[in-house]
Amino acid sequence: MFKFLKNKKTPQFNGKKEKNYTFLASLIAIIAGLLLGFLILFLMEAVSAESDFRIPFIAIKAFLTDSFSARKQFFDIFYYAAPILLTGLSVGFAFKAGLFNIGAAGQAGIGGFFGVIAAISWGLPWWAALIVAMIVGFLWGLIPGLLKAIYNINEVITTIMLNWASLYLVRLLFWNVGNAEEKTLLNSIKPQEVDKIFIHNPGGVIPDWGLQNFFNSDNANIGIFVAILVAIVMHILLNKTTFGFEVKACGLNKNASKYAGIKSARTIILTMGIAGGLAGLAGGVYYLSDTIQYTINNPLLGIGFDGISVALLASSSPLGVIASGTFIGFLRASTDSFQGYYEAEVTNLILSIIIYFSAFSLIIGQILNKIRKNKNKNNLDNANAEPQVIQAKKSSDSEEVEVTK
Amino acid sequence: MENYIIEMNNIRKEFPGIVANDNVTVKLINGEIHALLGENGAGKSTLMSVLFGLYRPEAGEIKKNGEVVNIQNPNDANNLGIGMVHQHFKLVEVFTVLENIILGAEPTKYGFLTTKETRAKVIELSEKFNLKVDIDAKIEDISVGMQQRVEILKMLYRENEVLIFDEPTAVLTPQEIEELMKIMKDLIKEGKSILFISHKLNEIMAVCDRVSVLRKGKYIGTVKVADTNVNKLSKMMVGRKVEGVQLPTKKKGNAILEVKNLVVPSKLHKNNAVDGVTFEVHQGEILCVAGIEGNGQSELVYGLTGLEKITSGEILLNGIDITKMSIREKNLAGISHIPEDRHKHGLILDFNLENNLVLKKYFEEGFQNKGFINKEKVRSHSDALIEKFDIRSGKGSTTMARSMSGGNQQKAIIAREIDCDTEMLIAVQPTRGLDVGAIENIHKTLIKQRNDNKAILLISLELEEVLNISDRILVMHNGKLVAELNPKKTSPQEIGLFMVGAKIQAKFKKGEVNKNV
Repeated sequence: MFKFLKNKKTPQFNGKKEKNYTFLASLIAIIAGLLLGFLILFLMEAVSAESDFRIPFIAIKAFLTDSFSARKQFFDIFYYAAPILLTGLSVGFAFKAGLFNIGAAGQAGIGGFFGVIAAISWGLPWWAALIVAMIVGFLWGLIPGLLKAIYNINEVITTIMLNWASLYLVRLLFWNVGNAEEKTLLNSIKPQEVDKIFIHNPGGVIPDWGLQNFFNSDNANIGIFVAILVAIVMHILLNKTTFGFEVKACGLNKNASKYAGIKSARTIILTMGIAGGLAGLAGGVYYLSDTIQYTINNPLLGIGFDGISVALLASSSPLGVIASGTFIGFLRASTDSFQGYYEAEVTNLILSIIIYFSAFSLIIGQILNKIRKNKNKNNLDNANAEPQVIQAKKSSDSEEVEVTK
Repeated sequence: MENYIIEMNNIRKEFPGIVANDNVTVKLINGEIHALLGENGAGKSTLMSVLFGLYRPEAGEIKKNGEVVNIQNPNDANNLGIGMVHQHFKLVEVFTVLENIILGAEPTKYGFLTTKETRAKVIELSEKFNLKVDIDAKIEDISVGMQQRVEILKMLYRENEVLIFDEPTAVLTPQEIEELMKIMKDLIKEGKSILFISHKLNEIMAVCDRVSVLRKGKYIGTVKVADTNVNKLSKMMVGRKVEGVQLPTKKKGNAILEVKNLVVPSKLHKNNAVDGVTFEVHQGEILCVAGIEGNGQSELVYGLTGLEKITSGEILLNGIDITKMSIREKNLAGISHIPEDRHKHGLILDFNLENNLVLKKYFEEGFQNKGFINKEKVRSHSDALIEKFDIRSGKGSTTMARSMSGGNQQKAIIAREIDCDTEMLIAVQPTRGLDVGAIENIHKTLIKQRNDNKAILLISLELEEVLNISDRILVMHNGKLVAELNPKKTSPQEIGLFMVGAKIQAKFKKGEVNKNV
């Protein structure tokens, strides 16, 4: 996995030209994923009893265009993007320190739960509830951080286990506390499920600042702006501060960081805490939108795992996460348009294929670079034969420089 | 017309941005020991990897007994009777000697492993060539010298007739080197031919028949050892006359670093890697700790700098106890450290040059303000050091450390450490793997620091370096100091005896160390 990330680093050496390819490569990967998904729909149609080959075309067209057909659908992209953007930041930030946080699901789960408690039982305003979610996520994230830093226990294992620990801890709190008599933490929550937050505490729901009217959508709220703001903060933290310097140093070479006097244990613990906090915030944004009813039977949150895809696609760059998070948000929103044509399983299958292929963008990027190198080599050979060509090129380059000056 | 067993004609091998072998021709006569001489990075190992099938050449041909052969991979090489002992042995640590020898050519009967006949064959081979090995011992339990003999047996077991030795003496003690030379001569008597890669001239003079010289990927020439001498070979290898460095006499000042009874545990075995070491380093002197690799020198430095925990002992810097300080506190108290492994400790390879140069300063006021890094300051700091220490790289401050050459990577580390301007500089094998020009440069820098009245602790495995640029020599063996020598009054032979533990100076014997050391 880490090798995977490191490979991604290599193109940076050779500067600008290769960066352009990352976009092209992503595009090719996505198109390839779409084509394969389409092929599967087509094959499914071919084997079905009453095959109608128009349906895959209609479905794919709807998939690609529905999100842009109406304001409501358009905003759904960002509605879905907001929490996975935050889990993407969580996973990506841990990656930067060389840690693989698979626990975003659990951190989001427990953070979101306490966010809901804060809004309903404690009557806190939405922003305070989000902060509660973040703090709980932070504390939950500290656990694997401490285990890693002190006992060198692999964070992949601990975060996976803590996902389940978080899930069942939340259920336990739900049952026991919820059933208890008199005034309890959850005294306003029914044992089985939670009412809409709005009923108990209108101020606990993330506001929409008029977006609901404009987009004509109940899903609209400012969660996406919160997420983007956090992404910018993370970008600054990672690239402008000494703490970010230490995180990256530890991630790239733990031994050299130790040699340079960086306290790697502290960095690991804090990094996992912050990653947990970001995932906790994601859980808060997810639930405090008040569009999903909180029930005892909630499974592990998918947003935690989507965060891994988001972080990988953006090669862990916080600003890149804004784009990749929005893209996965678009896919999630678009799959709504499959409804009526296909079962939910098929929808998820197509989505997975596209996400899976997106990860290939790294490989495609490498292939493109190879092609370019070969081309350059040939050009050089030609240029050696005809030195005039090079001169002509050079002069045009220098002209450009002058213009920009 | 000579009887060539291997001919490598006009070999060309390119790597991105570099031609590792440029039209190189090497011919091995049946039954000779042929040396391949060149500095680090001259292309010796690349050429041998081409012969062994690890790389495919861009141009050129390989002939075996006059016939062109196509070597695609090590299996092809093996089938042609070409075997190789790599610089870093390719053995399975937890397997026994026998298991390692048959690995890849396991004898089976009805699909089951049968070692009875092989065992007899291996024992016969080891007796015939006088290669003493403990056939049932695990690799992790035997000495490096014996591991090398296992590698040789592996080649013999596969009935290879062309044997490639890639810098085989680098890891051996002087005694083991002598033994290896004898083994090589025995192998020739039994009809084998040997290609011997080395940059150590005296070894080549001692054992080889002919020598081919490479320099910066180019083929310089082939001469008979009988017709040449060390000076001529050295000039062929480097391309110019090598001038030695001068160490002006200088009176040493106060003790800067005092180490008392330092004990550092070993990660490899149960004994202590550093076992009660006591010494002082003074202002204006280069104190060199000599010894064979793995005798506790690395751990001594890890203990001093804080990279590893010490069991007991005291470390004083300028009279202040720094034993319990963290690594950063020690750095700030006045210790800089040129580490042994520049990729593991010295650099963050995927950081660019400017970030690497600021690795020990980024937290200082000025480089950061309220936790925010001042990028302009980092850049100007980096540009200044690049200029001052002549660090060459593709894109200056923004070059990725990974893409820089070994010599320039080392220059960057040295620039960073010397820029810390501390009173104590610890340099561990600062010239390892560098070419002669870079070595000279680094030696000059170290001597300049010494002349500026800094205290320098140099750890080195190269006796030549030890003798040339130190004011005082301590020899370490098996975690203990065994001798203190004056470089002007000693010889490589004498140091060698101390290095292998054959001799111990009286004052180190009692276990109680003389205060004046």
